Amino acid sequence: MDSVLLIYKGIYILAIFGISLLIATYSTYFERKIAAFIQDRVGPNRAGPMGLLQPLADAGKLFFKEEFIPAKANKMLFILGPGIAMLVAAMSSAVIPFGDTLIIGETSFDLIAIDVNIGILYIFGVVSLGVYGLMIGGWASNNKFSLLGAIRAASQNISYELAMGLSLIAVLMLSGSLSLKVIAEQQTGFNWNIWYQPLGFLIFLICAFAETNRTPFDLPESEAELIGGYHTEYSSMKLGMYLFAEYINIFVVSAVMSTLYFGAYNFPFMENLRNAFDDPVLGNNVVTIIGVAVMFAKIFAFIFFFMWVRWTLPRFRYDQLMKLGWNILIPLAILNILLTGGGILLYEYFTNG
Amino acid sequence: MTESLFFFFASLTLLCAIMVVISKNPVFSVIFLILTFFTISAHYILLNAQFLAAVNIIVYAGAIMVLFLFVLMFINTGKNVEGTLKRNVLVKIAGTVAGGLLFTVVVAALKDVTLGNPDPATYDSQVGMVENLGKVLFTKYMLPFQLVAVLFLVSMVGAVMIGKRETGEQNF
Repeated sequence: MDSVLLIYKGIYILAIFGISLLIATYSTYFERKIAAFIQDRVGPNRAGPMGLLQPLADAGKLFFKEEFIPAKANKMLFILGPGIAMLVAAMSSAVIPFGDTLIIGETSFDLIAIDVNIGILYIFGVVSLGVYGLMIGGWASNNKFSLLGAIRAASQNISYELAMGLSLIAVLMLSGSLSLKVIAEQQTGFNWNIWYQPLGFLIFLICAFAETNRTPFDLPESEAELIGGYHTEYSSMKLGMYLFAEYINIFVVSAVMSTLYFGAYNFPFMENLRNAFDDPVLGNNVVTIIGVAVMFAKIFAFIFFFMWVRWTLPRFRYDQLMKLGWNILIPLAILNILLTGGGILLYEYFTNG
Repeated sequence: MTESLFFFFASLTLLCAIMVVISKNPVFSVIFLILTFFTISAHYILLNAQFLAAVNIIVYAGAIMVLFLFVLMFINTGKNVEGTLKRNVLVKIAGTVAGGLLFTVVVAALKDVTLGNPDPATYDSQVGMVENLGKVLFTKYMLPFQLVAVLFLVSMVGAVMIGKRETGEQNF
């Protein structure tokens, strides 16, 4: 019994890891397709049907490129940088609930890799470690432009982490739990957190863009001013790892946003559907499977949104970025906490007497 | 199981901490310090204090050490800083005196220490969980908790005052 669950967990973790890699791979393809659509081009269409093998071709190209390590660079840290970026990106999807429980025979399987009661703090901690990959890589390159890019990236990430954490607190006040599983369970049906936390969601969304270094906050790698940011000196698959880690981060952040604000695997009328089946086990399983599909649909919608914004908005200037983070988002997040607290008090006052 | 894990993490913590001191390159020192925080977090998890473990990673490994790296990367351009301090007798004497004093304090503290002996029958293993910690902080230790918040506010205002560039010609 225990060993069954253990083997299941192992397979599940591997599956989530594989899925996040697959989604990240095909994000590169869809990014180019969407860019092409927005700019009225065709996009990649040579490798395979509709260019579907393009990510494989890209990976092959990156692997065969020259592996270059600058003279006087700190070799060990230079190699460690992209490794840390990749490791941290792949670690964070562990606590996200991709679905409810599946019941097979007598055993119920939770569709979550590890259910810890500090789930959101775990994600927060792992995200805050993501800076090291960039900083160590940028510093070890022994290049002033790389260093400047790394410093920019780090200060941007630190600044936006604060507003992100403050906007999260409002959600936690509503849910009363740090576990992502509990937060997902509370949003049954159409009772999503976005209806209670529109301002918090907006702040979180903006911070998510900044944390993943996406346009309009892609200053760490702004080609025009910094040549290429922290990965100026990187070539071959090490560069590929940095770019890949960014796409994994987009996937994880999309999953977190769907879980926290858009009801995770919950969809409208799910209880009606569950009750429509005579067999409760079958009903539960059908709802769970549809829920997983709904969760991934939400994630894909967010990934599309990330790409849409990238090809629509221009980049911020650095002082504007800092001003937005410190002078606007943090006060707004604190205001959001106050509003949420007031709302909860009022709600309790009116419901309890 | 728990005991062997404890010894594994304890030896790893000591190893990383020693590497912090003896690393030639300050950036490596910082990286080993980050690893030390990780192993300390592992100890917290062994003690069933998940919240402390996560906060330790977020605050120390995630924020403070990034600032350490920041400063190091700006001032250290790959040169050997150690060379400037070598062969200075005063530095050696100061180091020996400071280390000896620290050793004395540690010995004095350890001499009178008594291990808390919790009763396994009444001991609540969930004491380190987020909910219990929050309840204790906001009821029993309300005043110290609030005072710490005020302290943080004061230090924040101080940092802003230092960082602020005043207007006028002689003040920049």
